[in-house]
Amino acid sequence: MLAIIGTVPDPEIPVLEGEAALISGQLAVEARRFQVHRGTPALVAAAVQACRVLERPLPVVCLAGDIGLGDGSRKLYGFLAEKLGALNYDVITFHYLQPDVDWHNRVLFAIEEMKRRPLLIADAGFMYAAKMSGQAEAYDLFTPDIGELAFLADEEAPHPFYTRGFIFHKENDVQHLIDRAYRFKNAAKCLLVKGVRDYIACGEGMSQIVDRPDEEAMEAIGGTGDTLTGIVTALVDSGMDLKEAAVKAAIINRTAGNYAKPSPATQISEIIEHIPKAMASVL
Amino acid sequence: MILAFFKFFKRKKTDVSIQNKQTDRGLLVYENTSEVIRVENILKEKGWKVRVMGPPPELRTGCDLVIEFPLIDSLNILRLLKRFDLPPLRVAPVTSPLLEPVSLFRTTDFGRYLMVRAANMKLTIDKETQVIVNVSGGGCPDVPYLAAVLVGKPLGKAPKPRELGHTLCGYALDLAYHEMRQKCLP
Repeated sequence: MLAIIGTVPDPEIPVLEGEAALISGQLAVEARRFQVHRGTPALVAAAVQACRVLERPLPVVCLAGDIGLGDGSRKLYGFLAEKLGALNYDVITFHYLQPDVDWHNRVLFAIEEMKRRPLLIADAGFMYAAKMSGQAEAYDLFTPDIGELAFLADEEAPHPFYTRGFIFHKENDVQHLIDRAYRFKNAAKCLLVKGVRDYIACGEGMSQIVDRPDEEAMEAIGGTGDTLTGIVTALVDSGMDLKEAAVKAAIINRTAGNYAKPSPATQISEIIEHIPKAMASVL
Repeated sequence: MILAFFKFFKRKKTDVSIQNKQTDRGLLVYENTSEVIRVENILKEKGWKVRVMGPPPELRTGCDLVIEFPLIDSLNILRLLKRFDLPPLRVAPVTSPLLEPVSLFRTTDFGRYLMVRAANMKLTIDKETQVIVNVSGGGCPDVPYLAAVLVGKPLGKAPKPRELGHTLCGYALDLAYHEMRQKCLP
């Protein structure tokens, strides 16, 4: 079973745990409905679309409301630290949570208590916390964009906001940044670097590059990285090899974008609609 | 839980020292000790976990005390301290006190649309209408919230991300926002 953990930008939402569904374009969890604009709802919506195509059970989600004050994230961290050890997931994807090293480590303790260690994917704030804690290597996949990759490559930076200039200047040399992230043990076992070209790496050395279909507008569209993480999550849950899933997810996400004929003003919900058709053409 | 504790720390010998490095903490530097004490009281009263400590060698100026605080909450804390007229001389990460915020911007011109990126945050506007059409990137929970507020508003009338955001991602978006205003507004 697959679990996705993250936040929604509504401070009134308590910790919710339940199966996710898409109803009339909205994310449905228990009796709640959420707009799919970007962030964790976009990731979950993409995963739901992909799970339907793959004929897999829909993902279980653990959500809390947080607008950046960290209160909802801390409730969610507490819930996970208490409950995860007794749960049985094959894949867990962590997403928008307020980065907090102490809470991150407590969640990792809880995962160690699980009977079977799940495959661990981290993106967004939880990925920042994983790097800051020095525990990046405990994860199977990180899905950074280029700015976040520079942060992973900078062994000194506690957040992308503090990435040093001499590393920032290396952004056109993605392979260099990937190698540096691995050298300083700040990368997961595999990296899926999303951007104008997507890079898939599992250790230092040559990465696989996906750059077709080429839709440069997608970089500006909020949520395209989230949908990519959602798709790779579902593919891995279906049993696909991690590296192959990362490559296929990158192609599917680009193809869905291509079908949407995007401009930089396109909204992510317009791309999510095309994921099933894109999967049918790629798989 | 005890077994998990041992399994966790068995993986890497350096884990304990990594935890002790306080990698997610920052430092607020002030001119004098009385300011430090006032700030400590204000932040503790508001529920933040802060502590007063001696400055690292890189930050020794005149003041012999600094305040350690949760770095990710920088924007929220700085906004509060501004209200009390207590802006710090400097904010720095504990682990590398000489690190500076990003000052490099990447600009992508899509023709009708213009995107500015600061660190991990991207802001895109329609050059014809000057309306913010997208916000992307980032990983802190205020990003989806800020995006919901900003998208669809004209650049000249949209609220500043630093007025609504709470985290370093919000701060980075504010940098992109101001860079965009400099490029596009008279």
